[in-house]
Amino acid sequence: MVRTTLVAGLSALALSLTSSVAFAQTEINWWHSMGGVLGERLEQIAADFNASQSDYVVVPSYRGEYEESLVSTIAAFRAGEQPHIVQVYEVGTGTMMAARGAVYPVYQLMADHGSNFDPSAYLPVVTGYYTDTEGNMLSMPFNSSTPILYYNKDVFEAAGLDPETPPKTWDEIESFSQQILDSGAAECGFVMAYTGTWLGTENLSALHNVPYGTLENGFGGLDAELTFNHEIAVRLWEKLKEWQDAGIYSYGGPAGGADNAPKFYSGECAIYMNSSASRAGVLANADGFEVGFGMLPYFDDVEGAPQNSIIGGATLWVLNGHTDEEYDGVAEFLTYLSSPEVQAEWHQATGYLPVTQAAYELSQEQGYYDENPGADIAIRQINLNPPTENSKGVRFGNMPQIRTVVDEELQAVLSGDKTAQEALDSAVERGNQILREFEAANAQ
Amino acid sequence: METKRTTFPNKALPYAFIAPQLLITLIFFIWPAAQAIRASFERQDPFGFSTTFIGLAQYARLLQDQYYLASISRTLGFAAAVTIISMGLGLLLAVAVSRLIRGTQVYSTLLVWPYAVAPVVAGVLWWFMFNTSTGVLSYVLRVFGVHWNHNLNGTHAMILIIVAAAWKQISYNFLFFLAGLQSVPQSLSEAAAIDGAGPFKRFFTIILPLLSPTTFFLFIINVNYTMFDTFGIIAGTTHGGPNQATNTLVYKVYADGFIGLNLGSSSAQSVMLMLFVVLLTVIQFRYVERRVQY
Repeated sequence: MVRTTLVAGLSALALSLTSSVAFAQTEINWWHSMGGVLGERLEQIAADFNASQSDYVVVPSYRGEYEESLVSTIAAFRAGEQPHIVQVYEVGTGTMMAARGAVYPVYQLMADHGSNFDPSAYLPVVTGYYTDTEGNMLSMPFNSSTPILYYNKDVFEAAGLDPETPPKTWDEIESFSQQILDSGAAECGFVMAYTGTWLGTENLSALHNVPYGTLENGFGGLDAELTFNHEIAVRLWEKLKEWQDAGIYSYGGPAGGADNAPKFYSGECAIYMNSSASRAGVLANADGFEVGFGMLPYFDDVEGAPQNSIIGGATLWVLNGHTDEEYDGVAEFLTYLSSPEVQAEWHQATGYLPVTQAAYELSQEQGYYDENPGADIAIRQINLNPPTENSKGVRFGNMPQIRTVVDEELQAVLSGDKTAQEALDSAVERGNQILREFEAANAQ
Repeated sequence: METKRTTFPNKALPYAFIAPQLLITLIFFIWPAAQAIRASFERQDPFGFSTTFIGLAQYARLLQDQYYLASISRTLGFAAAVTIISMGLGLLLAVAVSRLIRGTQVYSTLLVWPYAVAPVVAGVLWWFMFNTSTGVLSYVLRVFGVHWNHNLNGTHAMILIIVAAAWKQISYNFLFFLAGLQSVPQSLSEAAAIDGAGPFKRFFTIILPLLSPTTFFLFIINVNYTMFDTFGIIAGTTHGGPNQATNTLVYKVYADGFIGLNLGSSSAQSVMLMLFVVLLTVIQFRYVERRVQY
């Protein structure tokens, strides 16, 4: 009893000492949206940085889901209380880029305050998403992922398929699923997250090297228009309806689809497509079966496919309105964050992509990919080919709203209210209206 | 004639007494409402760098937007369904409990519990029970040949949020109806019974009319509840989908403002919603209250 009191007293003393020391340091506020285990890893990075030097202290603070932290950041900015660094999801990129007065571009920050910052150290397909048309990096890649394919090896084996061979094309998805259904090994072939959006139009367009929108998928300016109602999207969406009716495909809800993962975990569906960052969750929840990994399927009769997949996730944006001394600290922290050791550890613990070439090589040297087969699928997939105008990403304002519209239109197809062509045409038309509103609101 | 009325010479004191309440109303209602009205006439980027006055353009666009108009009628249907179901069941349970001799307290306590559940939790609970592959209720429905799928079937999704919203509100209605029933004099019922009126006749001709102040009060409360407080249920379950089937006015305000960052349109929508509820309440007071006997 006496001992515990003593220990408690000492630790309280130590705590008050450190906090008074911290007071003398420059504080860097970092708002983020990483909950659960990811949040713990992020806090650890900040703590390690704080322990590594004595001038600055990075204070991470969880601000809810991505859309919530973006809205809080905007509100804070309007009140003059903005953090130094904020984590913004990839669909918020258009909004952040348009807010020129609010953002301190990373390339400029590094030029003003950082030493030996080399943008070419980063993976081009990752930075490509976050650079302007002149190739300047506007935000710091942090947690990027790309969709991959997970499959249930036990079901494959029971259905007489080779458990070591994932389906490569949409045709194989269909024939493998049919074989699984016929054999009774599972009740459904596949589920996929972001069926209409990140996977079913954005990555679909990139993989087949067709434009998602005009002006380099929106990179070229605010007056870009959506064009994803192309033949390939129509073809996939038509197939999805057909597959749904045949039991090959099962719809798990809009956006990420809350019902997708449980269907895969329980063995009900044999194949699951989702972010590479779902890897840890999939391995932890796969209920008594072995998980295999593969790349996203494509239509093999389309010339140039598979091109490369595009990323999702979030980056760190630096906000205006702070002192030079504080920006020195921000630059130092961002440099620390990009170091191969920190990146490699973050990548291996979470399933997010390593954002620098060095971190990837370090992970290779450490033998991570040999010990964890399938962990490098994502990085191989984004590097299949050098990114083209159609496959370096998509950048449109009000992207979250556009995604909602696309989800709605896909639902109309799957419920039989519209044909794939009608729905995609309508999605593009409604999306373009949203873009015009964004353009009008952000015209300088 | 000598008046007993006390007069207070201090003119400032009454204002001081109501000041806290006024201040709260000003800060938490009048000021934000004024901001919303102002923002509804402007087009602004999220960070507030450029603001353009555009007059009534946001309103004009809303009234031409077929999705917005559909949302209005959808919200009305939703409000009517939730109000009727939750008030009907609340009254039924209250009548049942008021006829009990023993255990009234136990039943009342148990029946009030759902009210303590937050709307979002209520929504998620029903979402689980109706889950397409693992839900208990969807399993039962499958036995009856209904393939429940609120992810794609708009009607199913609507039923889901109506059930969740009504379930949570039954407790509240029950409590008020029970209190109302206790204030109906027993002697009237007994007199009617002696005159030969059966239980149904007694209920509809004596008890229900005497309950009308409670019913009227609950009607207004329930309509306001479905207009605003059911937000959590929708945000926790359907997110307004599938294909906007459950996108009610209040959820649309959130989706367009919070997720879409379209502050102008979102403000215009909340002003419309405010006008809508004010109008509804005025109609209720003007026409329905006339039929209420206090």
